[in-house]
Amino acid sequence: MAIREKFEVDLKELQRKLKELGTFTNDSLIRSLKALETKDINLALEVMEEDTKANILEEEINDFAIWLIAQQQPVSIDLRRIIGVIKIATDVERIADFSVNIAKSTIRIGKEGTIGPVESIRKMHQLTLEMLELSLAAFIEEDVEKAKKVAAMDDQVDELYGQTILQYLKNHEGSPESLAETTQLSFVCRYLERAADHCTNIAESAYYLVKGRRYDLNS
Amino acid sequence: MSETQAQMSMNENDGNKLVYKTNGLNLWYGENHALKDIQLHVVENEVTAIIGPSGCGKSTYIKTLNRMIELIPGVKTTGEILYRGRNILDKTYPVEELRTKVGMVFQKPNPFPKSIYENVVYGPRIHGIRDKKILDQIVEKSLRGAAIWDEVKDRLQTNAYGLSGGQQQRLCIARCMAIEPDVILMDEPTSALDPISTLKVEELLQELKKNFSIIIVTHNMQQAARISDKTAFFLNGEVIEFTKTSKIFSNPSDKRTEDYITGRFG
Repeated sequence: MAIREKFEVDLKELQRKLKELGTFTNDSLIRSLKALETKDINLALEVMEEDTKANILEEEINDFAIWLIAQQQPVSIDLRRIIGVIKIATDVERIADFSVNIAKSTIRIGKEGTIGPVESIRKMHQLTLEMLELSLAAFIEEDVEKAKKVAAMDDQVDELYGQTILQYLKNHEGSPESLAETTQLSFVCRYLERAADHCTNIAESAYYLVKGRRYDLNS
Repeated sequence: MSETQAQMSMNENDGNKLVYKTNGLNLWYGENHALKDIQLHVVENEVTAIIGPSGCGKSTYIKTLNRMIELIPGVKTTGEILYRGRNILDKTYPVEELRTKVGMVFQKPNPFPKSIYENVVYGPRIHGIRDKKILDQIVEKSLRGAAIWDEVKDRLQTNAYGLSGGQQQRLCIARCMAIEPDVILMDEPTSALDPISTLKVEELLQELKKNFSIIIVTHNMQQAARISDKTAFFLNGEVIEFTKTSKIFSNPSDKRTEDYITGRFG
């Protein structure tokens, strides 16, 4: 017999909002790399402008979560879930900010860039997208195995990050005119690596939700 | 760790002094097996909360701790309850002595239809204290201890029925304290009180536990979370989980505990 039906409905609504933020951020990450690949300044500007939506969604999630705490005085897994949503919303919003950072780098490189993203950036980008989806699913589906996968993928991203930076520095040797572009592309690597770290944080929140204790998936 | 092991470790690992040790307590009301193999140890100067749905045995259990349960016909028990090392279920244990050590506060405030003063001195008088000066001291000390002195000090000779519900309950706590017990049992002491009176009693408990050990039955989960050091969850006459209150309310070990405290029980 379901007793707290309204509360159940509200918790689902809270998670739905989180998913919405996740979908928006996923889209923003895809478009920011597309803008970088195609030197599409307009698309980059769009990514920057639309980021307001992520901020608004995060605020809505926090307001709703605070109201649920006040109204329902949740304990145990309910409380962990609500606190988890608040923390994850911050992580996801931050990832959306990295899309903006990538868009800004795209604008700084401009139409004249000659190097462009290398294959390993694409791989990092793809991994980060998958990690975002998987980590949110780990939380919503309470699936610890998915959370562990995210941790393993983060190791791959970290390795790719090191390789990519080295490759850019190597490519830069003998062509000092490309310093500005190389720097921006190195920044993009850094943004992706940081975004992947935030996905790992989300996976940790999923782990905490299910197990009720903290686990450092970064170590 | 299994739940039984967790419960045992909570019982065994405390270095603190134990007031009560309940070992393998079973209780029947006629054919009805109301308490099943209860294992529950109460630590000195702590607040121990007992939670659980109606009919789970929590009130039955608390009433065995001062043997009030004997007043109900057809009650049969096995196992033991050691109070300060002595089995109180042993018929040779003098119940009067037990009740001077173990006071009780009930759900509904139940002052005597007497003056505030007479309510407090009732117990000490029974125990033979006649000296007016000593009785005066007991009255002030007990009423201060129950955080009601300032509200009633100018009307000690008026009838206790003139007090508000919250004041009456604190008077009952003062009456309980007047015999200087070791343990105070409380059976839903705030369920008939308004929120402010409830908070006053809760605040009071934090003071009281410095000098007394308190065992409280409550239906109010947030209250258990706010006031107690340990919480026992009873269900169908069994202790399902007994551990630190912070653990019970943030990450209980047993699914049944979780379903109950999150309000999904039924």
